[in-house]
Amino acid sequence: MTLAAKLLRTWVLAQAGGEAHWLTQSLDRVASASQERDLYIFMGLAPRRLGKSDLALGADDLAAADAACPGWSPKGWSIDGAARVLALLTAPPTRAFADRFKDLRRTADVAEMIALYRGLPLYPEPDRLHFEVGEGLRSNIKAVFESIAHHNPFPRDHFDDHRWNQMILKALFVESRLASVVGLEARSNPDLARMLVDYAEERIAADRPVPEDLWIPLRPFHNTPGVAAILQREEAAP
Amino acid sequence: MMLIDPHAHMISRTTDDYQAMADAGVVALIEPAFWVGQPRTFVGTYVDYLSTIVGWERFRAGQFGIRHYCTVGLNSKEANNEELAEGVMDWLPRFALKEGVVAIGEIGYDEQTPLEDKYFRSQLELAEELNLPVMIHTPHRDKKRGTSRSMDVCEEHGIDPGMVIVDHNNEETVAETLQRGFWAGFSIYPSTKMGNARMVEILRQYGGERIIVDSACDWGISDCLGVAKTAQLALERGIPKETVQKVCYQNALDAYGQSGQMKEEDWLEPPAIDQRTLFEGNSILRGGREPHIEEPGDRRQRNLLIE
Repeated sequence: MTLAAKLLRTWVLAQAGGEAHWLTQSLDRVASASQERDLYIFMGLAPRRLGKSDLALGADDLAAADAACPGWSPKGWSIDGAARVLALLTAPPTRAFADRFKDLRRTADVAEMIALYRGLPLYPEPDRLHFEVGEGLRSNIKAVFESIAHHNPFPRDHFDDHRWNQMILKALFVESRLASVVGLEARSNPDLARMLVDYAEERIAADRPVPEDLWIPLRPFHNTPGVAAILQREEAAP
Repeated sequence: MMLIDPHAHMISRTTDDYQAMADAGVVALIEPAFWVGQPRTFVGTYVDYLSTIVGWERFRAGQFGIRHYCTVGLNSKEANNEELAEGVMDWLPRFALKEGVVAIGEIGYDEQTPLEDKYFRSQLELAEELNLPVMIHTPHRDKKRGTSRSMDVCEEHGIDPGMVIVDHNNEETVAETLQRGFWAGFSIYPSTKMGNARMVEILRQYGGERIIVDSACDWGISDCLGVAKTAQLALERGIPKETVQKVCYQNALDAYGQSGQMKEEDWLEPPAIDQRTLFEGNSILRGGREPHIEEPGDRRQRNLLIE
C-alpha cells in the first residue's frame, strides 16, 4: 500500500464512526476480489454508509499529504470521495489501472467523478490517463473541471503546454479561480501569455470585466512588449 | 404550493421547460429511464444514456433550482432486443446505486412478449436485492389486463406493493391498483393518457391516498406543466388543498423516499457541498413569492386544460 493510501485509510477510518467495521470488511473484500463487482458496489455504497461530510484534516495531515505526494492537497475532500479513491487504490491490479479508471469514469455520477479526478496524483501509470483527464476537462460541469484544475498537482506534473494552456483559458471562461491551480506561475509560457493578452483585450473590447487572477500567469512575462502594454493599461485603470 | 413531478423525461426537454416548471412551483422531479423515441442499437448508447440521466441532467436541473432524481432500468420496448437487453442487464447493477437513483424503472410490459416478461422479472429481483422501489410502466394496448398482470408478477416475486408505483393508470385500472395496495400513478399527458379534468374527477371519487400525479412529459406532444395545471384545476374545482398537496407532492416523496435518496431537506436546506457542485438553489423558495405559470412564453398558460 502506498503512503498516500495509508493516509487516506487513516483519515476515513477516523471519521467512519459506527461504519468502521463495514469499511474495513468491505475494503478487505475489494482487495481480495477476483471480480470487480465488489469495487462497483463499494463505490455505490460509500456515500450511503459514510455520508458526504468534508474530511476533517489538520495542518499535520496536510503536511503529511504533501510529503507523500508533492503538491497533493486533500483539503476539501469528502469522506465518501476519499473512501472511493482508497478503494480504487486497494483493488488488485487484475487489469491495467487506466482501463479500470475508464470504466468507472464512464458510469460515474457527479460526486463520484469528482472523487475519481481528485485522486489523479495518487494513481499508477499517470501517462496512460491522458485521455480520461481530457474528458474531464471538457466537462461542462464546473465542479468536475475543477476537480482536475484545482488543488491538484497532476496538470502541473503531466500536462504538455497545449493542454495546460487550454485548461487555464477554460478556467477563465467558466469563471473558475486561477489562484487555486497548482503550478500556475511555474508552468506559464510565452504561448499562454499571448493567449491571455488576447483574451484580456477581447474582454476589454466587449466592455466586460477582466478576471483579476488572469494577471498571475502573465507576471513572468512582464517584460514582453505585448504583455507589458496590457499590464500597464490594467495598472492605470481606476 | 411546492410540487413534485415524479415522471418527467427532461433529457427530451429544453431549458424553457425547466424555467417554466420552476416558476410553477416544481421543486423536484424524477426522470425515469425510458425509450427515447427510437430504438438504441448498441448497449453503449444505453450506458451513456443512463450516465446522462444520473449525471448531466441532474446538474442541468440544478441550474434552475430543481432537484433531479432518476430511476434506472431496461424499458419494455427495448427488452425485445435480446442482445441489447442482455448487455443492459450487465450494466444495471452499476447504475442502481448512483446518487439520486430512487427506483428501478420504468419497467413492465409493452406488447406483453416473453422477453418483456423475462426482463421485467429479473429487474424486480434486482430491485429487491438492492432494496429499491419499482416504477411500473403499464402498457398502452390491452391496458387493463397488462396492469393486472404487472401486479400479479410483483406479488409472485414477493415484492411489497408499498414499494411499487404503478404508473399511467386510468379510470379503468385505478380501483384495482389501489385495492391491491400499490401506489397509483397518473400521467397527465394529452390525447393518449390522462387529462387533468378527468384527473380531478378521479380525485373527487378516490381522494388522495396513494395517488400520484405526474406529467410524463417527453419527446412527444406533452406538457411539462401537467402537475402544476392539475393542481390548479383541482383547487379551482373544489378538491381540498390537502388532497392536492398529497397527490402533487407528498405521496411521490413518500413512495420514492423509500430509496433513502430523496429527502425534503434536499431542496429546503441543500447541503453546502451540493450547492457548490450541483444546485443553484430555488429562487421561489428563497424569495417566498407565490408560484406562477406564466413565464416563459404565454403559449403555456393559454390552456389550463389538458385533454
